[in-house]
Amino acid sequence: MSESHSGDHAHPELGFIRKYIFSTDHKIIGIQYMITAMAMAVVGGLLSMLMRYQLAWPQGVSPLMAKIFPVAYNGGVMEPGFYISLVTMHGTIMVFFLFTAVLTGGFGNFLIPLQIGARDMAFPFLNALSYWVFLLSCIVIFAALFVSSGAPMGGWTAYAPLSAIPAAAPGQATGMTLWITAIALFSASGLMGGLNYITTILTLRTRGMSMMRLPLTQWSLLVTSILGLLAFPVLLGAGILLMFDRLGGTSFFVPAGIIMNQMPVDHSGGHPLLWQHLFWFFGHPEVYIVVLPAMGMASDILSTFCRKPIFSYRMMVYSMIAIAVLSFVVWGHHMFVSGMNPFLGSVFTLTTLLIAVPSAVKTFNWLGTVWGARIRFTPAALFALGFVSMFVSGGLSGIFLGTSAADIQLQDTYFVVAHFHLVMAIAPLFAAFGGLYFWFPKMFGRFMNPTLGKIHFWFTFIGAYCVFFPMHIIGVGGQMRRIYDPTQYMFLQQQQPVNVFISISAFVLGAAQLVFLFNFLFSIFAGKRALERNPWHATTLEWTAPSPPGHGNFPPELPTVYRWPFDFSMPGEREDYVPQTVPVTITARH
Amino acid sequence: MADGSGPGRITLSGIVLAALILILIVASLYFFIAQPYWFPTLASEHGRRIDSLFMAVLIVTGIAFVLVQGALGFFIARYGENGSERASYWHDNPKAEAFLLITTAVILTVLVFMGQRVWASIYFSDQPADATIIQVTGEQFSWTFHYPGADGQFGRTDTKLITNTNNIGLDREDPQAKDDVVSQNVMHAPAGKPVRVRLRSKDVIHSFFLPNFRIKQDAVPGMGIEVWFTPTRTGQYEIACAELCGLGHYRMKGFLTIDESQDAFNKWLAEAAKQ
Repeated sequence: MSESHSGDHAHPELGFIRKYIFSTDHKIIGIQYMITAMAMAVVGGLLSMLMRYQLAWPQGVSPLMAKIFPVAYNGGVMEPGFYISLVTMHGTIMVFFLFTAVLTGGFGNFLIPLQIGARDMAFPFLNALSYWVFLLSCIVIFAALFVSSGAPMGGWTAYAPLSAIPAAAPGQATGMTLWITAIALFSASGLMGGLNYITTILTLRTRGMSMMRLPLTQWSLLVTSILGLLAFPVLLGAGILLMFDRLGGTSFFVPAGIIMNQMPVDHSGGHPLLWQHLFWFFGHPEVYIVVLPAMGMASDILSTFCRKPIFSYRMMVYSMIAIAVLSFVVWGHHMFVSGMNPFLGSVFTLTTLLIAVPSAVKTFNWLGTVWGARIRFTPAALFALGFVSMFVSGGLSGIFLGTSAADIQLQDTYFVVAHFHLVMAIAPLFAAFGGLYFWFPKMFGRFMNPTLGKIHFWFTFIGAYCVFFPMHIIGVGGQMRRIYDPTQYMFLQQQQPVNVFISISAFVLGAAQLVFLFNFLFSIFAGKRALERNPWHATTLEWTAPSPPGHGNFPPELPTVYRWPFDFSMPGEREDYVPQTVPVTITARH
Repeated sequence: MADGSGPGRITLSGIVLAALILILIVASLYFFIAQPYWFPTLASEHGRRIDSLFMAVLIVTGIAFVLVQGALGFFIARYGENGSERASYWHDNPKAEAFLLITTAVILTVLVFMGQRVWASIYFSDQPADATIIQVTGEQFSWTFHYPGADGQFGRTDTKLITNTNNIGLDREDPQAKDDVVSQNVMHAPAGKPVRVRLRSKDVIHSFFLPNFRIKQDAVPGMGIEVWFTPTRTGQYEIACAELCGLGHYRMKGFLTIDESQDAFNKWLAEAAKQ
């Protein structure tokens, strides 16, 4: 199956442009995805800093901001429309252009062929095309920030009719059109990538790499890709319908009788809830498209630095599959108070709490992995442990929200903001940081500085909790999402000090990421060289390849796999790890 | 070379991370038990059931939170790397896994039923016959309240009649509309008697949020949605919009006054009708 590639590493060196820019090498494409996503994260992160500044001091006048953003801060006070654009762009950039891109596009591309023992992806050209379409979508969404009538204002969920009628808000004209275009391009790019990942994992595994010997990262990427392949077409379709409503005079999402600014709108026969059903049918699997790879990577990193096999590999795999299947029947929990039939609320409560069971199984298994371990506290290990803590905190608050009756009060408040940030932003962020510190030597042949890595971890761990945990509290107090000025409401005024605390913590958290960015960029060129192929004493196949691996990954022969990837601290073995390529000499114990 | 059945070394990173997790546990227990910031004052009958459901879920998840984070912190502190010492080699325990899986499933099933009892009592019970009925219309960026007046009948509304002064398009020619009262951002209702709210939206989706009454319902254009509640406490409360609806979303605010008696309410209604 890899014959056509087997001689590739012997080919003459490609020129710089073919090697590093228009490359079809999965490793380069993976790194391109990561660096693009990081650039988007810087944008998305800065937007959130502006939001936090506004929420802490909503009526403050800032001459400095008036100088930097003369239009958005007319007279030194933020325009309300600008705030809604920040909300919209921050959410969109972080969910799609950071997390989805860095986890599946970045780590997926880099790791899939290396960990399954293949020379490249099944379709290298499609892979490159997927990146370039992704980059195009990044450019389009970035351009949306600079539309003179206003950046998109529909929230990352783009509920119709606010998103369907350009007159509904200034940013809903050109800004919204660019938003839909970017999301459509992103969906197309995701489909190309997903198809590639599934084909590669299913058909290009090296000799001996049975499915039940795959690292959990690979399982998570396989399951995620299947989710993406089923969910993204729905988003793409919904986006196209929305575009028709806006530009083609159709009425999929807009009912008759709408009066906007005392003027009738020429639409009839659509239904606003249709958009919500389509969006969340994609949107809930999307949560797991982000969370599952994070779970897989954190599991492998945890096991490596605990020097202990992952607890219950089988249950880890089955629970991932269970989460994936259930993720398609829980979307209605976003819509308990939307006007959907309350009987459906009962059904979706049941399925939602059902999905908590496999999540709990995974949590127990991580605890079982750390129990009796010998933890090496590298930055990667700390971030993987931090992932578990964040996932538990964010996951548990989901039980309140999944309980439909409790959700009546909590829906659209900061309780929701706290929940989804911890579980689908901070937890995956921790896993991604863990992954970067872990695989950096394989990517660039150098180490990231561990001291800076630890400083980055401590500030990020403390900062993330100080930002997102108190949001539960102000959510219980009733503070709504997406409001420009909470002090407009008397019932929210007394908890304003919490908003100030959150904002200051957010600035610390943001500043801590500069330490990471410096460490990352500096280490690419001047980090300590990784002379060993396997510096962490890990077991998976990528560590048998040179750092960084050349074109074709495994010269000259593809490795053969004899065991699962979790033989750490095996009694009777000389080393405390046994790579997957070592033949089994004693009776297998698993 | 010892195998790792015993504790490992207590490392600096391990003890610091464990300490941070301990602080997290203590701080969250403080905020959820001492409740320095908490729900807005309760003012409705069914709200008590929602609040106690929240407390029940809080107790269950709180115990899980303390146990899981506590175990994680404990393991992190206790099982640090110790020279060449090895970790324990075990990776399965089907009995323990089955026990934890079934326990979790049972606890969650109980929560589903507890939650659904409250949900059913709110949504699947008969609408009260003797109720104050109010039609509420959301638009960018205000709430309009329409009362049927003394005859108990709402006048006809028609979107064609909408003007700047008649923003719900009430047909004043209709005899049933004669005594109707329409007010902007000001809502009144008597205490102790159910209030039925018929929600509509003129433009985009809004969400009718009464924080003190534990009521939140989206107002969707093209749909008429009814919710009801029984106010138990007099006073003036805020009405908020909880769904992003455009530029002025943050100030789409109204006031709900709960009058102490039907008479006081009627008096307000009569005065409002004169305006």
